[in-house]
This record gives sequence, structure tokens and C-alpha cells, in this order.
Amino acid sequence: MEVTVHLHGVLSRYTDDQRHLAVEVPEDATVDHVLDALAQRYPGAGRRVRDETGSIRQHLNLFVDGQQLRELGGADLRLHPGAELLILPAVSGG
Amino acid sequence: MSESMVMIGTRKGLFLARSDDGRRSWRLEGPHLTGAEVASCAIDTRGERPRLLAGGFSWHWGPFLVHSDDLGATWHDPEHAAVAFPDDAEAAVRNIWQITPDGPERPDVVWAGSEPSALWRSDDGGTSFALVRGLWEHPDRPKWEPGGGGQTLHTILPHPTDDQLISVAMSTGGLYRSLDAGASWAPSNDGLEAGYMPEPPPPYGFCVHKVARDPVDHTRLFQQHHGGVYTSTDDGGSWQRIDAGLPADFGFPIVTHPRDAGTAYVFPLTADMDRTPPGGRCAVYRTRDAGDSWEPCDVGLPKDPFHVGVLRDAMCTDLQSPAGVYVGTRHGSVYASPDEGDHWDTIARHLPDVYCVRAAGIA
Repeated sequence: MEVTVHLHGVLSRYTDDQRHLAVEVPEDATVDHVLDALAQRYPGAGRRVRDETGSIRQHLNLFVDGQQLRELGGADLRLHPGAELLILPAVSGG
Repeated sequence: MSESMVMIGTRKGLFLARSDDGRRSWRLEGPHLTGAEVASCAIDTRGERPRLLAGGFSWHWGPFLVHSDDLGATWHDPEHAAVAFPDDAEAAVRNIWQITPDGPERPDVVWAGSEPSALWRSDDGGTSFALVRGLWEHPDRPKWEPGGGGQTLHTILPHPTDDQLISVAMSTGGLYRSLDAGASWAPSNDGLEAGYMPEPPPPYGFCVHKVARDPVDHTRLFQQHHGGVYTSTDDGGSWQRIDAGLPADFGFPIVTHPRDAGTAYVFPLTADMDRTPPGGRCAVYRTRDAGDSWEPCDVGLPKDPFHVGVLRDAMCTDLQSPAGVYVGTRHGSVYASPDEGDHWDTIARHLPDVYCVRAAGIA
């Protein structure tokens, strides 16, 4: 199935300037599987979204179809065909 | 006339100060690496052209270690992280706290220190690094605790002539030495006093702030401890206090002269909770006799009450003659002395907190 990943502008530096990526993943794929595919295709983007342990970086927010991923149970969430995954920097820093 | 550069890593990016008139005047470039905390930097002058290296982390995008071979015009940020734990380590790099080029006899070797405390070795000039497993797998590691800056490996001292000897320092953890090129390690903290641990202290857990090696007597080390300035005459095997002539025994940085034996510089701070200069006096202190005596070096430094600290890597010397000394402060000023600390000029101000400075002649 195909899902769409929407990236913040900074991340698009590492995806050949593409801010919207169509990602092909198996049926019942999870957010983690999508991020695996992203990292395989664009390692520079992948390592900025997740650390070496596979954890999503603390100060990023991911949304699936407009809903905060944390509220949906995290990266194990199974996606449906046509799902939209949005990756944004959180409001943090100083 | 030769050109000089000072790399200035800050809480918000990297700045470069450059001088082409014998370090009399400086122009500031930057910020580079915007949006990132630059906790470590190095100017590697061993190759045909200088390589600038910078490490740190972004709150959003994680850690990085990058380099530039064109004096900061462009930066090489490898697609795969230069410093990353292997899967079996089950850990993630949070920050890069130290970058140390090895000696001229090993021109491709660069070392890095990270948070969490780990030592990394590069054999390609700093493009990619491998975890030094001997230290990572040391049985003491679970007992090391984070200091104010995190659980960091911040000091790397490869021996100038013997590639089997290397020492590192961590806060906390203490000084650890390897006699077999990093395969095995042992704590080396005998003689250090630790007011923050019960007596007698264990061999690990010491809050070493910074360690520097004497340029002539390679077995002599100088240490700014969390309470106490020390020297060792046996490559860290034992430590003796040398802070009797200082206005305070606390501080973060300590650096040595590039050529003169027994010459070191510190920036004393009032212990333990104030951590500002004693009496509000901005002064670097210098010893020329391995700590038997100290003298203030403050000609040209601010004279108004000064209540700002200097972090552990925000002081350095260069290799030029006379030696330059450089100090960056937490209120974003950088002071440079072109004459070994006798006189100081302000070369940058109104920058973010200065985390690190490194200086070198680049042409």
C-alpha cells in the first residue's frame, strides 16, 4: 500500500528537496515500517527523525491523518492505505 | 603575514574569528550550523589544508559531527551519522562533547567524546568514527553519573609519542587510562579529593572538569577538578594539589602552553555554588612553574564587576609564537591574548553562550 509522508522544510534538505514523499509499504505496515523505509531511502532524514535505538527524537511531533501519534499509541500504530504521516519539529528550545 | 582562526562554538551555532595581521585585529564570520548547539570543535592542521571539525546537537534533529575543508565555506555532513552506536550497544548518542586530532605521526586519526560517555576513533580524518569498545564495556560504566552538562566524555589525551597510551576524562567518572591503545582501561584518580563523595571515595565517580598535558614532559598532566587544581608527574598515576596560589580552587578549563614546560592557565571560580569569578574579577591565572605559583593575567580583560563563568572547553592555546590564549564566556564574549596571557583583546561579543574555542594558524 502507499502512504504519504509530509516533511518539515529542514528535513527536505535530506530528501532531495522533496517535502512530500509517497512511500510503498506492505499492508498493515506501522509508522515504524514507514520510518524504516524513509531511513533506507534517505538515511540523512532517517537519522534526524529517530536515534540509533529506533526512538523518535524527543522534540519531534508526528501526526497520522492529523492526529498526534503519541495519542494514537506510538510508532507501532498500523496504518491504512492512503494514510498521511506528518513530521514536524515540536515547540521547544529557548 | 600568517592567518589565524578561532573557532567559537556556542549555544546557537558556530562562529569563526579570523585575523590576517598577526592576531592584532579580528573579523567575525557566522553563524554557521545555525540552530545547533556546538559543544566541540577542532582545527586539524596536520594535512595539506586545515580541516575544521564541529560537533554538538540539535534539540530537534539530534547529534552531529561535521567538517569543512574550505575554512567554513561548506560543511560535509555525512549521510550516515559520523558518530552512532552499533545496534548491540542499545544506546543513542545525545551530544558530541570533544573532538581531538591525534598527533602528526597518525594524521588520519581523530578522536571524539560523546554523551553518554563513550570514546570514538576515526581513521579517516573525522568523517566516520568507531566505538572504542574497551571503554564502553568497562565494568565501571554503570556507576558513572551525569554532571551538570550530562554524562559526558570531554577530555581525550592521546600520548604524543606512544600510540599505546591514551587517557580520557569524564564528568562524572574521572580519568581513565589505557596502556594498550584503548583495548583495556583503568581508573586513574589516586590523590584526588572529592567533597561530593563519602570518604574514602571509590576509584570511579570523580568529577574531573578538564585535563591537559605538558608539552615537554609528557608524563606531567594538569587537572582542573570539581574543587582543586592538581598535577600529576606520572601520567595520571597519582595527583597532587597545586592550587595554593589561586583565589579559588574551582573552575572548569585548564590548558597548557604549546611549548613551555610547566606553563598552564585556569579561570578560577568561587566554589561551589556561586561559580563566578572571586570578587567579581575577570582574570585568567597562569603558572610557569607547574603550579608552585600563579599570577593573574587580566590586562585588557573587563574591569567592571564580572559575574560570568567560562566552560570547560571555552579556553585554549594555539601553536604560534608567542603562544595565543583564548577565553570564551557564558555571556558571549571571546578574549584573545597574542602574547601568552600578558595582554588581552576582545575579539567577539554579544554571542550566545560560548561552549568551546579552538585556535590555530591556518596559513
